[in-house]
Amino acid sequence: MTENQPVTSAAGKAPVPGPLAVLRARFPMGSRIGERFLLGIGLLFASSVLIFAGIEILPGDFAETYLGQSATPQAIANLSAEFGLDQPLVTRYFDWLFNVLHGDFGNSWASGQSVSTQIADRLGNSLILAGAAAIIAVPLAVGLGLLAVLYRDRLVDRLINLISLAAVSLPEFFVAYLLIMVFVVQHPVTAFPATVYDSMTLLEKLQTIILPVATLVLVVIAHMMRMTRAAIINVMASAYMETAELKGIGALRAIVKHAAPNALAPIINVVALNLAYLIVGVVVVEVVFVYPGMGQYMVDAVTVRDLPVVQGCGLVFAAIYILLNMTADILSILANPRLRHPR
Amino acid sequence: MNIRSVSLTAWIGMTGIAIAVIAAAFAPWLAPYGENQVVGAPWEAASQAFPLGLDNLGRDLLSRMIYGARMTLFVSFCATVLSFSLGVVLSFVAAVTRGFVDMGLSRLNDLMMSIPTLIFALIVLAALPQNLAVLIGVMAVLDSTRVFRLGRALAGDIAVMDFVEAARLRGEKTLWIVFREILPNAMTPLLAEFGLRLAFAVLFISTLSFLGLGIQPPTADWGGMVKDNKDGIIFGISAALVPGAAIAVLTISINLVVDWLLNRTSSLKGGRGG
Repeated sequence: MTENQPVTSAAGKAPVPGPLAVLRARFPMGSRIGERFLLGIGLLFASSVLIFAGIEILPGDFAETYLGQSATPQAIANLSAEFGLDQPLVTRYFDWLFNVLHGDFGNSWASGQSVSTQIADRLGNSLILAGAAAIIAVPLAVGLGLLAVLYRDRLVDRLINLISLAAVSLPEFFVAYLLIMVFVVQHPVTAFPATVYDSMTLLEKLQTIILPVATLVLVVIAHMMRMTRAAIINVMASAYMETAELKGIGALRAIVKHAAPNALAPIINVVALNLAYLIVGVVVVEVVFVYPGMGQYMVDAVTVRDLPVVQGCGLVFAAIYILLNMTADILSILANPRLRHPR
Repeated sequence: MNIRSVSLTAWIGMTGIAIAVIAAAFAPWLAPYGENQVVGAPWEAASQAFPLGLDNLGRDLLSRMIYGARMTLFVSFCATVLSFSLGVVLSFVAAVTRGFVDMGLSRLNDLMMSIPTLIFALIVLAALPQNLAVLIGVMAVLDSTRVFRLGRALAGDIAVMDFVEAARLRGEKTLWIVFREILPNAMTPLLAEFGLRLAFAVLFISTLSFLGLGIQPPTADWGGMVKDNKDGIIFGISAALVPGAAIAVLTISINLVVDWLLNRTSSLKGGRGG
């Protein structure tokens, strides 16, 4: 079970000194959640270092690229001073981190606008997109996964299996353009591009984003379903399920009372993993549908090498991803019946 | 391996892969026109001379598809081979040496995996110069984290076996144990993983090119061709769907073969792991 978790805690194998071991034995669940929480915070910090250093250490002088032909040594020095690039790396990192923790991601090099305001506007848009996709995809995928298990190795299962195998292999942009071709060009039922404005009501926004949401659902559902199926089959193959069957209790009762509590943790993991995947899928879908979200903002910034924007967006994406994975792990710890009682 | 044991879906998959590989290998002989040869008006409809029509600049779509196969396959294959060498060697060394090296590499890997691959790639590509070597390198390093995780788990299981212990007692060096004792025993799952990573690499390079951050024009590659022709979609011109479909067919083909490989290995183990 732990193998499938996105991030496994380091504390699992390391010899723990006395008082901590006692604490772990007394509060198996609480201490594990605490550990996972601390690990999440640590990862968040480390990834901020990675994102900052990754850009700063890599070769390629921004000032030179930015100025292009007119890169005289004096102009480069002026620009570096303007953006604070002449400061030592560590100083710049802590300045950046300090500002980020106060909600200030700096100003865009390209437009001079505040990155924080842009992110604040666009993050909401992206979350609506991903959220709507999740609300549709999660129940559908888990349901289909159950269906596949119920009709295991029969035609329905094989069909679902084959279709989902194909769906996993489709690139997001292909699905998106296919949907546009069918539902905008051939049967005009919705509009393209799916640009939302602040003046729109929530309902209008939802109407506009039907196609991007549909794309995300199609892309994420197959994977989620396959993993759900595998997780449930894994539980069904265990010895206590055989015992339940041999005891003669009904299939439904066996699933609800015996399989479900144990399948919960892997399924939560599957869902969280795919929600995290949605965050990435959003990038491509936003570019296709010209949707004013974080992904489009970041891709545009990468094209013109607007580093403060790239760093800001990268950090926000990484933070969401890490938090989702942490939530998944904590939820699956909570769902693990073995940890409810002290040993 | 018995030919008859190959399932129908696996044959379909292999055919798909073979077509792409042949197109890539013999592109200059197969393509009716040059890669960047303008032969007519933009988005001219399909005809006898141009079976798939023309693209946004009036270049033959079929010819560009054939040349595009070359670029897409070359980049994804190089990236996958590189990421595999990197991931497998590092993970096996980590599993065999244990202790400090293992701890350091595994934590670093966890950290790299804590940032989504595409986001990480965008960050790195924002800073690095855009050329083919950089692109392949970035894809390989990011992908090797996934290989590392699998390799570490596999090697962890194998490294505790008696024959590895025996090799250790014989006084074999770490590299001997990695390449002569552990690698042969981890080959089949690694082969399946290679297929999965290759399919992922095809999707990944296509996505990067589609976003304008991968292979730069005028070189033809499937993801970039979707980007070139995407504006035609709203006018009902399906030129962008052709390379998109090619990417889909290629990844489906690879996945079909991988699926068969995985089923084959699980039945070898007596159905363990369903």
